[in-house]
Amino acid sequence: MSDIKEARNALVARILEGDGLASQAQRRAAFDNLGLDEPLRTLVEKVAKRARDVSDQDFAAARASGLSDDQLFEIVVCGAVGQAVRQHDRALAALEAAIRKE
Amino acid sequence: MRLAILDQGHSFGTKVMFTFIRLFSGHRVVDAVKLVMYRPDFYGGPMKPLTHEAMRGPSAWSAGDRELMAAFISQQNATEFCVKAHSAVAARAYGDRDRVSSVLADLDAAPIGEPLRATLRMLGKLTREHAVDANDMRGVLAAGASRAQIEDALAVCFAFNTTDRLADAFAFHVPGPKAFEAGAKFLLARGYR
Repeated sequence: MSDIKEARNALVARILEGDGLASQAQRRAAFDNLGLDEPLRTLVEKVAKRARDVSDQDFAAARASGLSDDQLFEIVVCGAVGQAVRQHDRALAALEAAIRKE
Repeated sequence: MRLAILDQGHSFGTKVMFTFIRLFSGHRVVDAVKLVMYRPDFYGGPMKPLTHEAMRGPSAWSAGDRELMAAFISQQNATEFCVKAHSAVAARAYGDRDRVSSVLADLDAAPIGEPLRATLRMLGKLTREHAVDANDMRGVLAAGASRAQIEDALAVCFAFNTTDRLADAFAFHVPGPKAFEAGAKFLLARGYR
């Protein structure tokens, strides 16, 4: 079978703990979709839950708050990966539970 | 693309490579490539091997099956770029465009095996609702998918639930069908590394 465990760990470690232009606290908050202030709260919530609704205005508001495009790039990546990680972990736990009870 | 840096902020060497790709392929570099080539140390570098392993690593699912999963997941997210890109790869891998379009039109009626159908149904729920439970997984196992096949499908789902979000958040430009055909040929031959 394919195995993405190490690659997933490496991706998460890189975006959260490696060098970046956004602070580690901002990247972690975006990854967790937790504890962000507006306007980032709205942008990251959309990235996580309904990315097709992200708008130019969401980015404009984030830029107006003083964030650079490179910081926004990192924050959006962290928001996207974080939600995908939560989905993946929930599904693996559900599979484990299904097999245990079989 | 919403962030100008993703369009034009690449290193000189990468810009030269994009020029060569345009000259030799006759197509502009698509936004999915621009994304993974922008500051690749941050995202593209670690993401490309993950996607390659999920899509082309050892699995009881064929490359066509996994490309179909990618297209189906992207349809649940309403991510037009990825639906079109991975429908084209799946159709080429299967040598059967109708199988792909029938799954995207009506999963219940599509002419595919039950393990794949049940797996796609579970991936759809996971993508739309962000969670599945043990009963959902028991349904997939009962349909004949193995634990390893389910884990492999979840790897595809992880890759595309990341990529789709970025495609939509950054507003990937959706090119015409010829660009997706050229992309499909490349992705089948070379994968995602």
